[in-house]
Amino acid sequence: MKKLDPKYIPLFATAIVMLALYAGGCLAYPNFGSLRVFINLLGDNAFIGVAAMGATFVIISGGIDLSVGSAIAFTSILIAQLLGHHWPPAGAFALTLLIGLAYGTVQGALIHLFALPAFLVTLGGMFFLRGLSFVLSPESLAIKHPFYLQTVRTMAIPITQRPFVTFPLTAQCFVVVTIIAAIIAGYTRFGRNIYAIGSSESSAILMGVPVGQTKIGIYALAGFFSALSGCVATFYMQSGNPASFVGLELDAIASVAIGGTLLTGGVGFVPGTAMGVIILGLIQTLITFQGNLNSWWTRIAAGVLLLLFITLQKVVGSKRH
Amino acid sequence: MFWPLLALALLLLFDYLFTPGFFRLELRGGNLYGSRIDVLNQGARVMLVSLGMTLVIATGGVDLSVGTVMALAGTVAARLLVVDGYGFIAAVSGALGIALLAGAWNGVLVAYFNIQPIIATLILMVAGRGVAQLVSDGQIINFNDASMVFLGNGHFFRLPFTLTIVLFVFVGMWALTRQTAVGLFIEAVGDNPVASRYAGVNARLVTFLAYLLTGLCSGLAGLVASSNIKSADANHIGLYLELDAILAVVVGGTALTGGRFYLVNSLVGALLIQTLTTTMYARNISADIAPMPKALVIIAVCLLQSEKARRYLNQRFTRHQSAALPAITPSRAQP
Repeated sequence: MKKLDPKYIPLFATAIVMLALYAGGCLAYPNFGSLRVFINLLGDNAFIGVAAMGATFVIISGGIDLSVGSAIAFTSILIAQLLGHHWPPAGAFALTLLIGLAYGTVQGALIHLFALPAFLVTLGGMFFLRGLSFVLSPESLAIKHPFYLQTVRTMAIPITQRPFVTFPLTAQCFVVVTIIAAIIAGYTRFGRNIYAIGSSESSAILMGVPVGQTKIGIYALAGFFSALSGCVATFYMQSGNPASFVGLELDAIASVAIGGTLLTGGVGFVPGTAMGVIILGLIQTLITFQGNLNSWWTRIAAGVLLLLFITLQKVVGSKRH
Repeated sequence: MFWPLLALALLLLFDYLFTPGFFRLELRGGNLYGSRIDVLNQGARVMLVSLGMTLVIATGGVDLSVGTVMALAGTVAARLLVVDGYGFIAAVSGALGIALLAGAWNGVLVAYFNIQPIIATLILMVAGRGVAQLVSDGQIINFNDASMVFLGNGHFFRLPFTLTIVLFVFVGMWALTRQTAVGLFIEAVGDNPVASRYAGVNARLVTFLAYLLTGLCSGLAGLVASSNIKSADANHIGLYLELDAILAVVVGGTALTGGRFYLVNSLVGALLIQTLTTTMYARNISADIAPMPKALVIIAVCLLQSEKARRYLNQRFTRHQSAALPAITPSRAQP
């Protein structure tokens, strides 16, 4: 049998943790294993999944994006406002995605052209977008457009009739975006270049990788995914809220790290990130099933898991050398 | 030192001309009141946190958890006072104890586990507010203890008592870093951790110490902040304060890449940021929107400090000059 490449060890650990959590939940609570719970898990966490895909690329390249939560809040309130002003949904989505792409490009350009630290630029982006969301609306806005009230529901794919379970639009977006992200990472020149930059930027320059274009492209893509995640979040929330999704960047980064992507860059797996999102979702579902635990435990659990997986990566990494 | 002071002077001039009532000073009950005193009183927490942040940034790191540590300290103090019925001394020691613990946690993760400072402190930034919620049981705790209220609202020599706290922390910090070799060690680690280790500096310990002190400063700031409003709200104490603190340090000329640091300049930077905040509030810009212009300021300041941006500007400037004076300035070969 071929020996296991050490870079896959975190990925296997992730899969084991995921299965263990799921099995544990099934043993502890009678309804935990039902199809409906699992589908809800995918649907409710879809927006985190979409945002985490963008974060995966950024982190593989050795950077970081702290603006994810604010970007989703901004997008959700922008869509709510546009629909409130009688924009057609398609137009509202197109405009939001364009804005996401544009703001990501600006972040990438600041980081690459002026050699500013990524955390600083995206921290600035985080506060800027948070402030801008409150400019758009100081309060939460419900979305009452027929597309949200009816179409989103009818677009769910029925799976079983009895009990009636459907695969919601949000979960569909999650699956499609994961597949697209996996193709970008594994089968395109752009994807290869991201890994090259993350392993060693100076080597990438010497190899003739277009570092500047790629780096700006990565942040543009992350901005696009954040905006898309905001769209998905509105399907789920049916509203826009400028104060929501605070701290979501930790969830995104934790999903990426739990999924076996090295926070130092160069190594990472898109399917791993999807598993990371599911693990965080499982923890949240377990806390809900438990009933009397404060929902703040979710955030604490995300932090602890992130820490555990970083430590695991360090241990595996130090064995390799 | 010159630039932040100039910016502060310009901002004050703007307020003098366009913000009515900003320069009014009143003597009420023997104490001074007015917008400028507000700046000093509210600015105290920014000054406290940025003193600690200066050290962390000088080691080449950053601490995103300062606002959360403030919330932790505030809620722990309020809980000990109100829910558990302890006295003032116990409450303050408990709060500063938890703040030191938080600083030590960050320090261990960064210095001994080699986790990037951003990630390590992000964990506490987000998860810590969850812990603070658990401490306060999701409630806003109001308190009335006279000594605790004095911390953020009392007066000393007609000025807010908070300034006395800042003065003490500053003198302590200055003595520690400039009268002993600790400051030099911090700068050495920030400049080049490997070289400083070869030179015999205990780089891990120095980094750990910087995070520990920042924890303590944030704890004090949290006590002041919660005392100021006589209540502890785990969600709102110190919210967005990490931005103010980083901004104050960067405006004060300490580079984010680490190395040399300037404590006095950070204090001036903190006053500048607080004046900016108070000006915005005085002009009816809500606290939720205020981070937006500040984010633009911090990016602009960093752009001005970035070598690449300076080089672009210089090139432009010299190109213009040589185009205007081709005969007098002989063209030199660019290296």
